[in-house]
Formats: sequence, structure tokens, C-alpha cells
Amino acid sequence: MLTGEAEMITDIERREIEEEIKKAPTKKAAVIDVLKVLQKHRRWVPDAALEQASDMLGMTPAEVDSIATFFSLIYRRPVGKHVILVCDSVSCWLVGYEDVKQHLMEKLGISLGETTKDGRFTLLPSACLGVCEEAPAMMIDDDLYTNLTLSIVDEILQKY
Amino acid sequence: MRFFRNIDDMTKEKPLTKNIRPGGPPCNLLEYVESGGYRGLHKALSDHDHEEVIDMVVRANLLGRGGAGFPAGKKWSLVPMGKDVPRPKYVVCNFDEMEPGSFKDRFLAEGDPHQLIEGMILAGYAIEAEVGYIFIRRDYVKAARILSKAIKEAYDKNYLGTNIMGQGFNYELHLHVSAGRYICGESSALLNALEGGRAIPRSRPPHMSSVGLWGKPTVVNNVETICNVPHIVANGPDWFRELSYTEEGGTKIYGASGRVKKPGAWELPMGTTLREILEEHAGGMKEGFKFRGILPGGASSEFVTSEQLDTRMDFASMKTVQSHLGTGTVIVLDNGNCPLGMVLSLQRYFSRESCGWCTPCREGLPWIVQMLEALEEGSGTAEDIEILLAQTKLLETGNTFCTLAPAAMFSLESALRHFRDDFEEHIRLKGCSYRKDKAKV
Repeated sequence: MLTGEAEMITDIERREIEEEIKKAPTKKAAVIDVLKVLQKHRRWVPDAALEQASDMLGMTPAEVDSIATFFSLIYRRPVGKHVILVCDSVSCWLVGYEDVKQHLMEKLGISLGETTKDGRFTLLPSACLGVCEEAPAMMIDDDLYTNLTLSIVDEILQKY
Repeated sequence: MRFFRNIDDMTKEKPLTKNIRPGGPPCNLLEYVESGGYRGLHKALSDHDHEEVIDMVVRANLLGRGGAGFPAGKKWSLVPMGKDVPRPKYVVCNFDEMEPGSFKDRFLAEGDPHQLIEGMILAGYAIEAEVGYIFIRRDYVKAARILSKAIKEAYDKNYLGTNIMGQGFNYELHLHVSAGRYICGESSALLNALEGGRAIPRSRPPHMSSVGLWGKPTVVNNVETICNVPHIVANGPDWFRELSYTEEGGTKIYGASGRVKKPGAWELPMGTTLREILEEHAGGMKEGFKFRGILPGGASSEFVTSEQLDTRMDFASMKTVQSHLGTGTVIVLDNGNCPLGMVLSLQRYFSRESCGWCTPCREGLPWIVQMLEALEEGSGTAEDIEILLAQTKLLETGNTFCTLAPAAMFSLESALRHFRDDFEEHIRLKGCSYRKDKAKV
């Protein structure tokens, strides 16, 4: 299930946010790390949590939202338990990105930007993952997968 | 990991990759020191003042490896020096590496993290900086883990912190893990991101060397540029220039992707020819595919074709064939892929990654994508090609805040120059013959 919608910041989150702010040279400089704290606990950044974090950062919610929405790997909408980033850049395109993408979409029954009904996977296109010598490539959460073929993709999905 | 160091070819020195074990663990601190690491730092701190270090890098003719090719020593020499200048001063390493086709910085940092750290300390010493940042993209999880461990080791051994190596120099180094967006690789946008703002480019002047991070003097250098610095300081600028085939000093990490036999990266003398990179190191085209063209410097460079393969891959020579060295990581187009489709892939990328700050980029790139899609789908007209050509002028340098859009035009303009027939065929055949006949792929 997707979590986190209306919940207020927990004590653990508050402590971690305070720690990030303390480490940063200015409060504002901690904004990405603070958003990552929220995302770590909730997978995405809901409004209520963003507003409270803004107070702690000494920024307006609008300002924090403008940053949260700018960076592609901060999610302002619910995502699944695992986020698949499939590299759509030119080196992957040359050696089979279209087939890998198509296969992922069919297998999961979703389009790019969508989440499976069971909340297990969200599928997103990604900027070049920097492994062009082993294209095509994708990342699931923190795990990088390269030299993808359709059967390798099937095997990988089993693991999550 | 496929990283060939041409181990069989020992006739040329390969300082940047000598400690890198393809597929193996990163070079640790002890191994780094045993191989001569931190020797340059010790030499600089004990024997050379700041100006002398800058002068060595100037004389080495180290050109910026991020793609622009600006002389690193000259960049450093623009930083105001002395007691009365604004402080702290900053060195920022641009490890955003999101240029499609480019993967060289990841190899360097994952394989030999202390080389980058020593370079960052030396850069800091050269411009009298107090603080350094390594700005790394979020997806480089492994590189971030390796670097943060190496930074800790460097603090433990007093290569970082206060009174470094007992020589009175103080310097802090931090790792900042970002959260996506290609535009963060634009150096002024990167500074905005570090400050906790939207990563949009800044207008210049003022230049970052005087007014950079939090308004203080700052230099921003690419990973590969910084990695060269310890070797220049340890071995001298003359040695460094000898490594190259041309006037531009040092070796270069070249790479290749696409349908070649051995995609990978190689450290070679600066100025190695495109043909040698493609045919010798990348092993030529994969069985069954023919060469059509090559983007020599990542997505932000112009196609060159077979007649131009004997060009030397350095900044000056690539300009003579109307292209750019860029990151030096070549992307090869084969006869099984449609040139228009490849350009569409590139333009979709740039269009999505535009930060939206200035109009030509924000509006122009999606328009270009729409027209290319129309051509691809078969509803394009001859007029579209003229409009595409006009766009390459409208999005030229001078009309935009930064170089994202002008660099996006490199592949489009050059594709229209070299592969115009393919574009026109899409109009005549009302669609893409590569798609219709996928069997030929």
C-alpha cells in the first residue's frame, strides 16, 4: 500500500532532519537531504510533511516545493515499493532501449510514470545512467543492472 | 566492468588509470600511497607556494575535461588571492556526469578515489580555498559509497582537516549527493543546487571565480580534470605535455558505446585519432553492422562521418571538422539505427532536461521534438526540415542562458548536414524505413 499521505513528521524523521540541518553550512543548503529523509521513510514527499519540513528549514512551503518538483528523483506523488529507472538515453536507445521499455510496460501492465496496482513497482524513464559501455541499463532502487535482455529483465523483476 | 587499459601497450604512460583494476575493488589508501600517491600534495605543501602550483597547471596546458576545454590553470588564476579577498573560497568538483554516452568520471572515481581527493586538496591549496565539495549525481550509488569511505580515510591520515601533513594548510572536503536533473552539470546551476535552490544557470558576469558559491570565489572543475592535477604536481608540466600527441597536455579517457565490438573506456594520449579509438580499442563495428557516423564527445557534439575518422581527438582538432571533443566518449551510429531516430532520442533528452529558465530552450526543444516525431510518424513535410534548420540558429549560443540548448543543436544541425537524405526519405516514404523493416536490424 502507498503510505504517508496525511501523516505528520515522526520523531525519528524530526531527529534526522535536525541532524541534516546541523551538518549543512546554511539551513537552506540541507533542503535536498531533508527531502531525502522524508522520502526514505515514506517513499515520497506528501504535502503535510513538506510543510513541516519547510518550517524547520526556515523556508516557505512554496519554495521547498519548487525545489522538490525540480529534482526528478524527489517524488511528490506516491510511488511503489520499488522504483525502476530505465535509462532512455542515446547509448541505450542504440542497443535496444525500446524493446526493454516495451517489455517492462507489458510485463508490469503500466506505462512510464505509473505504478502497478499492487503498489510494487513504479516505472520511470531516467537520464543516462552512465554505464553506456554496458547498455541497455536500468536501476531498481539502489541496484544497477546492465547488458539487459528481455529474459534478464524477467529474472531481475523476480527478485523484488 | 569493462575497462581496458591497453595493458599490452606499455609504451605510453597511463597515470590516471595505473591503479585501476577493471572489475576489481577500488585502490585503497595504502595502495595509493605506495604507488606514489599524496607525493604531489606533500611536494606542493612543502616546496611550492600557491602561485607555483597554479603556474604548473597553466604550463601543463591541462584543458577542462568536462567538455568545454577551458584551460584549468587559467580558470584558477582568475581567483582573487591574498588576505583581503572574500572567504571562504571553494573548489567544487562537478561529478554530475549525466551527459549521454559519458561514463569516464565514474571509472576514475570508483577505481581510484584518492586520486580525485588528492586533486581536490591540491586545487584547494592552489587557490587558497578552505572548503571543497564533490557534487555527485544520485544514481552513482557505488561511487558515492567509495568516495565517502575514502574521504574518511583521508581525514584519519590528516590529508584533510587542519594543518594538513603538518604544513599549516587547512581544508575541508564534503560529498554532496544530488537528486537528478542533467542541468546540475552546468557549473553555475550546480552552485545553485549546492546552496539549496533550483538548479538553474546564473547569468555571467560576475564570473564564479569571483562570485561563486554563496557569493564567494569558486572554481568548478570536472572529475577527470581534477584527477590530472596530482600527476602534474608530482612529475612536472613538461612530463605532462609529453604524454600527449598534440599541444593539449596529458592523456585522455576516451570511451565508446553503441554497436561496436568492445564498448569500453581507455586512457590514451590526448590527440589519439578517432579511427584508432573506433577500430583498434573499440574493436570496430559489431558483426553485421556498418559504420554510419559518430558523436565524438557525447550527446553534446556534432556527428562526424567516415571521411573524418583520421582527425585527432583533441579540442582544437575536433573543431576543424565542425565538431567538439566534449567528454571524449564517442557514441557510434550504425546502419541498423535510423539517424533521425537517434536525433529524436537526443532531442527528447534535452527537451526533458531543460530547466525551463529561458524561453528558446523551454519552448524550442519541445517544438523540435514534435517536428521530429511528425517526420518519424510520416506526417512531416519538406517545410519541417527548413524549420528545424532555422531552430538550430534560434537556439544558438548567445540566445540562451547556458549551453544546454546550443549544445542540443549540435547533433541536430550536423545530422541535417550529413544525413539529410534520411530525413527526406521519411517525408517521401511517409515514415521510417528502419521501423517498417525492423528485420534489417
